[in-house]
Amino acid sequence: MKVIDASGMHYKDLNAMIKQLIKGNAAEILVKNVQGQRYIGDGIQGNSKIIIEGTPGNDMAAYMDGATIVVHGNAQDGVANTMNDGKVVIHGNTGDILGYAMRGGEVYIKGDVGYRVGIHMKEYLDKKPVIVIGGKAGAFLGEYMAGGIIILLGLNVDDTQKIVGNYCGTGMHGGVIYSRIPIDSYKLGKEVKQTQAEDGDMEIIGLYVKKFSDYFGFDYRSIMDSQFVKIYPYNHRPYGNLYAY
Amino acid sequence: MLLREGNIRIPAGCAISGIMNKKGLLFSGDDIVKSIALMHERSNGLGGGFAAYGIYPEYKDLYAFHVFYHHSGAKEDTETFLKKHFDIKLSGEIPTRKVPSIKDVPIIWRYFVLPREDKLMEWGLAEEEFVVRCVMRINSNIDGAFVVSSGKNMGVFKGVGYPEDIGEFYMLDTYKAYIWTAHGRFPTNTPGWWGGAHPFTLLDWSVVHNGEISSYDANRRWIEMFGYKCTLQTDTEVITYIFDLLIRRHGLPLDIVVTALAAPLWDEIQRMDDERQELVKAIRAVYGSALINGPFSIILACKNGILALNDRIKLRPMVAATKGDFVFVASEESAIRAVCPQPDRVWAPMGGEPVIALLEGVEDIWP
Repeated sequence: MKVIDASGMHYKDLNAMIKQLIKGNAAEILVKNVQGQRYIGDGIQGNSKIIIEGTPGNDMAAYMDGATIVVHGNAQDGVANTMNDGKVVIHGNTGDILGYAMRGGEVYIKGDVGYRVGIHMKEYLDKKPVIVIGGKAGAFLGEYMAGGIIILLGLNVDDTQKIVGNYCGTGMHGGVIYSRIPIDSYKLGKEVKQTQAEDGDMEIIGLYVKKFSDYFGFDYRSIMDSQFVKIYPYNHRPYGNLYAY
Repeated sequence: MLLREGNIRIPAGCAISGIMNKKGLLFSGDDIVKSIALMHERSNGLGGGFAAYGIYPEYKDLYAFHVFYHHSGAKEDTETFLKKHFDIKLSGEIPTRKVPSIKDVPIIWRYFVLPREDKLMEWGLAEEEFVVRCVMRINSNIDGAFVVSSGKNMGVFKGVGYPEDIGEFYMLDTYKAYIWTAHGRFPTNTPGWWGGAHPFTLLDWSVVHNGEISSYDANRRWIEMFGYKCTLQTDTEVITYIFDLLIRRHGLPLDIVVTALAAPLWDEIQRMDDERQELVKAIRAVYGSALINGPFSIILACKNGILALNDRIKLRPMVAATKGDFVFVASEESAIRAVCPQPDRVWAPMGGEPVIALLEGVEDIWP
C-alpha cells in the first residue's frame, strides 16, 4: 500500500501525486491527514482503491470514471459530481449536492447527507447511478432527478418525519427513490407519487443494502424487514405537451 | 477608473468563518486566520476581513472608530467633523506589517471617542443613535472617508487581498478577542475596493456574508425610511442595518428577527398550529420588507455573541461545531477541523435554522 501524508499539502500537489500512483498501477493508496483538499479522485479511471483519513474537500470523485474511494470521516459538498463509474464509500456524513448530475457508479454513505442530493442524476441504458444513504437527507432530495436509484434508509432517525426535508423529488422526471420509512406526502414534489415497493423493487433494494451492510457493519436482515416505499415520477416528459408538436 | 460597488454587478462566491468562546476567554487571531486560509480557493484575492470582539479592554467604554481615508483631505475633513461631535480620547494609525501582496493601502486610522454631551443635548438623541447618525454622515458626505467599524471594545480589519494576507498585514496575531469572524471574498466582476470588503458594521454589529441578496433594493428602500443610508450599495450592508433596526431599535427577540429575515414559506406556515401561524403571519405582514431573498449564509456578531443563518432553502453552505466553551461556524467543515480537529459535535444547520451562541450570563444578543 502506498501512503501519502496530506498535511499542509496544496490540493494540486496532492491530486498530482495520487494520479501518478494510479498511473503506476498502485492497488491501494492511503491518504492520511486530509484537510479540506479539493477535487480528490477527480476524473480518475482504473481499479485503484484510495483510502482517505480526514476531511476531503469539495467535489471529491467528480467525473470519476472507475476506482474506489473510501473516506474515514465526513465529506463536504459536491461528492460524486457528474461521476461516471466506480464506487465511493463514506464512513460519516456528507454535505450538499452529493451525486450532482451523476451518471454511473455507486455511492454509499453511512450517516446523513445535506441538501439537493442526487440533483439531476441521470441514466442511459446500462449506466445507472446508485446512492445509498444510511441516515437522513436534507431538502430537495432527488430534485430534477432524471434517472438512477436513491435508497434512503434513515437508520438513525427517532422521529420518522425527519428522514428527509421538504420538496423531495421536486421536478423529478426519471429514476426512483426508495425509502425505508414512508414520507409524509406534504414533503413530496408535485411531480412524484409514492407507492409500496413491489417484489422486483425489493430485489434491487436488497442488492445494494447488502453491500451497504457489509461496508458499514449493519444487519442486512433487519434493514430489509421494513416495508420500503417507492417514489417515482408521474411523467417522464412533463413538458412534452408544452413544446413538442 | 476603479468603479465602486453598485456600479458593477458582483456574483459572490466567498468563504466565512467564526470562532467564539462562550466564557469570554480571549484568544489570538491565529486560529481565525488559519481557518479562513484553509478555504483559500473560495476567495480570489479581492477582499478579506475580520471582526474581533474584546480587543480593547483598556478602552472598553469608548467607541472605537476604525476609518479608511483615500486621501489626506478626507482625513482632515473627517477629523474636523469628529472633533465637533466627539471627545477624542486617543487616536493614531492602526499598526500594519508590510505584506507584498497588499497594495494600494489607504490611510488607516483609529479613534477612541465619546459623543460630546452638548451635541447629544443639541441633537436630542441617545448615545448610540447619535453615533449611528455620525457614521452615516461621514460615509455619505465626506468623499474618500469610510468608517470601517464604530463599536466598543471591538474592531474590524479588512482590505483588498486574500484574508490570510490581510490578517498578516493587520498583525492579528497580536490581538486577543473572544469572538472572531472572518471573510474571504470572491467578487468576480469588480476590482474590489477596501471599503467593500467584509465585515460590514454599525456600532457593535458586524456581518460577514456569502451569497447575494436578490431582494436588496426592496430591503434598501425600506431601511432608508428609518434613516439608514446605504452608501456602499452592497447587499451585506443592508443586512447589517436590518439587524440594527430590528434588534436595537425595535427591541425584537432574536427568534422573531430570524423569522422576519428568513421567513418560513407559506405552505410551511399553513402546517403550523394556530398560535404560531398567527405570529408568523403577523411577522411576515409587518416585516415583509426585511425578508432577505436569495442565497446567503451569514454570521452576525456583536458583543454578546454570534448568530449564523442560512437562507430558507440553503443555497449556500454552512457547518457548525462545538468543543467545550468554543463555538465554530464555517463554510466548510475542514475549516473548523483545521483549528479544532476533534469537535464535540459537528452539524449542518438547515436552511433558515439559526445557530445562536451567547456569552455566559447574557440573556439575549442585545443589549
